[in-house]
Amino acid sequence: MSTQESIAKEGVDAETVDAVKTVGEKYKYGFETDIEMEYAPKGVNEDIVRLISEKNDEPAWMLEWRLDAFRRWEKMVEPDWAMVNYPEIDFQDIYYYARPKSMVEKPKSLDEVDPKLLETYNKLGIPLAEQALLAGVEGAEEGRKVAVDAVFDSVSVGTTFQKELAAAGVIFCSISEAIKDHPELVKKYLGTVVPPTDNFYATLNSAVFSDGSFVYIPEGVKCPMELSTYFRINAENTGQFERTLIVAEKGAQVSYLEGCTAPMRDENQLHAAVVELVIQEDADIKYSTVQNWYPGDENGVGGIYNFVTKRADCRGDRAKVMWTQVETGSAVTWKYPSCILRGDDSQGEFYSIAIANNMQQADTGTKMVHLGKRTKSRIVSKGISAGKAQNTYRGLVSMHPKAKDSRNYTQCDSLLIGDKCGAHTVPYMECRNNSSRIEHEATTSKVDDEQLFYCRQRGMGEEEAVALIVNGFAKEVLQSLPMEFAMEAQKLVAISLEGSVG
Amino acid sequence: MGEAKFDNPTEALLARHSAPRKGSDWAEATRHAARERTLGMGAAGRRDEYWRYTNPTALNAAEAPDVEIMQLEEVPVFDGVEKLLVTFVDGVYAPEQSDDLSGEGLEISTLEEALSADIHWASDVFGVLEGNGQSPVKRPFAALNTALAGQGVVIRATGKVSKPVALRYCRENTTSDAVLHHVVRVESGADLNILENGAGASRLNTVMEVDVAKGGTFHHLRAQGRDHARLAATAIFARLGAESHFKSFTLTVNGVLTRNEVVIDINGDDTKASVAGACLGDGDFLHDDTIFITHDAVNCESRQVFKKVLKNGATGVFQGKILVQPDAQKTDGYQISQGLLLDDDSNFLAKPELEIYADDVACSHGSTCGAVDENSLFYLMSRGVPRAEAQNMMIIAFLDEAIQEIEDEVLADDIRARLSGWAERHKT
Repeated sequence: MSTQESIAKEGVDAETVDAVKTVGEKYKYGFETDIEMEYAPKGVNEDIVRLISEKNDEPAWMLEWRLDAFRRWEKMVEPDWAMVNYPEIDFQDIYYYARPKSMVEKPKSLDEVDPKLLETYNKLGIPLAEQALLAGVEGAEEGRKVAVDAVFDSVSVGTTFQKELAAAGVIFCSISEAIKDHPELVKKYLGTVVPPTDNFYATLNSAVFSDGSFVYIPEGVKCPMELSTYFRINAENTGQFERTLIVAEKGAQVSYLEGCTAPMRDENQLHAAVVELVIQEDADIKYSTVQNWYPGDENGVGGIYNFVTKRADCRGDRAKVMWTQVETGSAVTWKYPSCILRGDDSQGEFYSIAIANNMQQADTGTKMVHLGKRTKSRIVSKGISAGKAQNTYRGLVSMHPKAKDSRNYTQCDSLLIGDKCGAHTVPYMECRNNSSRIEHEATTSKVDDEQLFYCRQRGMGEEEAVALIVNGFAKEVLQSLPMEFAMEAQKLVAISLEGSVG
Repeated sequence: MGEAKFDNPTEALLARHSAPRKGSDWAEATRHAARERTLGMGAAGRRDEYWRYTNPTALNAAEAPDVEIMQLEEVPVFDGVEKLLVTFVDGVYAPEQSDDLSGEGLEISTLEEALSADIHWASDVFGVLEGNGQSPVKRPFAALNTALAGQGVVIRATGKVSKPVALRYCRENTTSDAVLHHVVRVESGADLNILENGAGASRLNTVMEVDVAKGGTFHHLRAQGRDHARLAATAIFARLGAESHFKSFTLTVNGVLTRNEVVIDINGDDTKASVAGACLGDGDFLHDDTIFITHDAVNCESRQVFKKVLKNGATGVFQGKILVQPDAQKTDGYQISQGLLLDDDSNFLAKPELEIYADDVACSHGSTCGAVDENSLFYLMSRGVPRAEAQNMMIIAFLDEAIQEIEDEVLADDIRARLSGWAERHKT
């Protein structure tokens, strides 16, 4: 990186720039913040659910909602259909609630937040000061802003730019605040996309979710800045169960970014989130994720179990949603961001890069459920396996009888680096009318020797060459990310593949 | 199912059929093991991943359906070909309608005869390939078939077999529940063609186990009859040695429920396997191809080509899988499944899977589904072809990629003629 490129933008402290600059090292985010924590007792039962609800100062209806979910969860069995193997999880050996002691009295503004917490986010490259840019990237659009909601273990630490957003009519706050301040909105939308009965992990999440983000974009409003949530697991033996709800009213637009990291630890930690997107007529949500939870070491010790349910409901005509994900972290990933294309002419897009190295296992993909007429979906999935990792694309495209004249295009490509890893594709295609068209293509191949030779011949190291080729392989997806994320993601690709060749 | 006296639904399945004639010790041991297997795995149900698109209720039912026997005026398929004819009527060998069981380059006998011999080469194949094929996906109808196997043929090709062996399945009773089990071994360098033709029973369960030794060639061509309301669950289990060739093609027109499973294990290097099928369905029709090809050797090629033409609410299902084991380098796996929906009520459901543990491979799959291309129709119509005829031309052209998998041109043309016949009869 040239010196010119690393010059910090005004308002970004040097430490942040360094943090991002050195992203190209081993798992950067493996540090632990030594901070006094308050835990709920280990395990999950009705009392814990009550306790979480009480800690968040929730109304009675919310508690009832949680308890219903919990009672149902107790009768459910963990799904085993995914191509992932991990030791049985003892759900009673996890802390379901952990918050920094300094957060007991919720700070009124960012200035009151414990400096240790702020420092943690600075180290992660996510400064919680209200400033123009995430990471001082030279050449970015002038005055481009990103509002951040930072979630630390079970609680939201703070949300930036709330005032400016409020002026535009946008609500961006933690879900716990939303339950208190905007109960009518939460009540109307929560659980309508991913019902509390949806699946084992979503039901558990419905019972014990502690925090997360809430976004409401009113009719006709184009959100004045990008919104972002940064999830950090810090405490030991703690599960993180966050819940995100984004509502885009008629004609609204928003771009939302999500990032996540965790310390390096020898034991596995559970992350079971639920994300719900409600998209009304002519509205548009772009949801981007860079998932970089700690993946465990090269022998498969430690790492996060990432069992996530994400779904978008295009309720209105011409609603549009775009999921983009870069999945480089986690020991085990089980994640299928889906689109329900209910409104006529609605559109769903899914772009994914999933990289699994060492002992990582990823089973990820999407569902495109076409219900409305002339709905369109596009799936581009790039899976990269290296080391002894297993990477599975699992997806569903379903054209219902009434979804006349709909279109789907799916492309899923897998790249294998080394002969100890696996790449799998499990697509389901269901076409129930004849005016719709489904096209699906999948290929599996290895890094091309000729391309590698070409790069090596021009003086590139082997790892560098592989990273370049992989970035080229994943180009279509990287291009659909917001710029700051795209830069980070490209570097992540290189880091994630470290040690995979030679 | 559902009879109260059985604790296990598979017990009811086993009890549906009378016990086959007792065979020698090895044969009884194999049947017994298959019986245990059947009881252990339970009946197929909608909750099973591999039955999600096909409802097995009619196959599990206590009674076989009553199916009218179709009186055909057309020349039976494969009629013009010189062949060794073996006929089964309602699932029972009919020597009076069959040729002498002998031929150049092959040994052939009934299954009953082979299973009563104290020592027989078939003991290495019978129930063995089926048993191996039960993992990782269970196939209860195939296990049931082995447990009840009494009728079928046993063929061993030792050289170039001069004419194809034609298995003809006739029907005389409107209700019949047939179990047929064929065992085939193609010795090193030998070459065998098998033709299968006919609906065979109102409910037919067939298993064919095919063991191809190094350098052997096996070609299989099947037409599953035209009787409308019949049910069929078939399975082919193949084990392929080095440098061998395997080809199987199935034509299905009509039939309310057809489940064709093909399970291939490629064990030797430089082997080629192809499984293909064309089906045409109108109305109450469900056709399911479930294919599982395992590559466990170097430099092998496999192809799956399936085309389905569906109208008036017909359903086509394709579940294909290519599994490439860790050392199966230089694998070339190809898979295409396509549905052509002639109207808005028909369904095409596909699950083309890849599971790959080797890096130096080129595997691809494609799957598409849609209506007849209006532009092409318009092109033909603008040149004076009536719409219905233009559509039929498009149907035939669509299916032809699958037909091209048939090596023998004469047989391929025979199949083409059947497709045209169907298209003509079902013209809209």
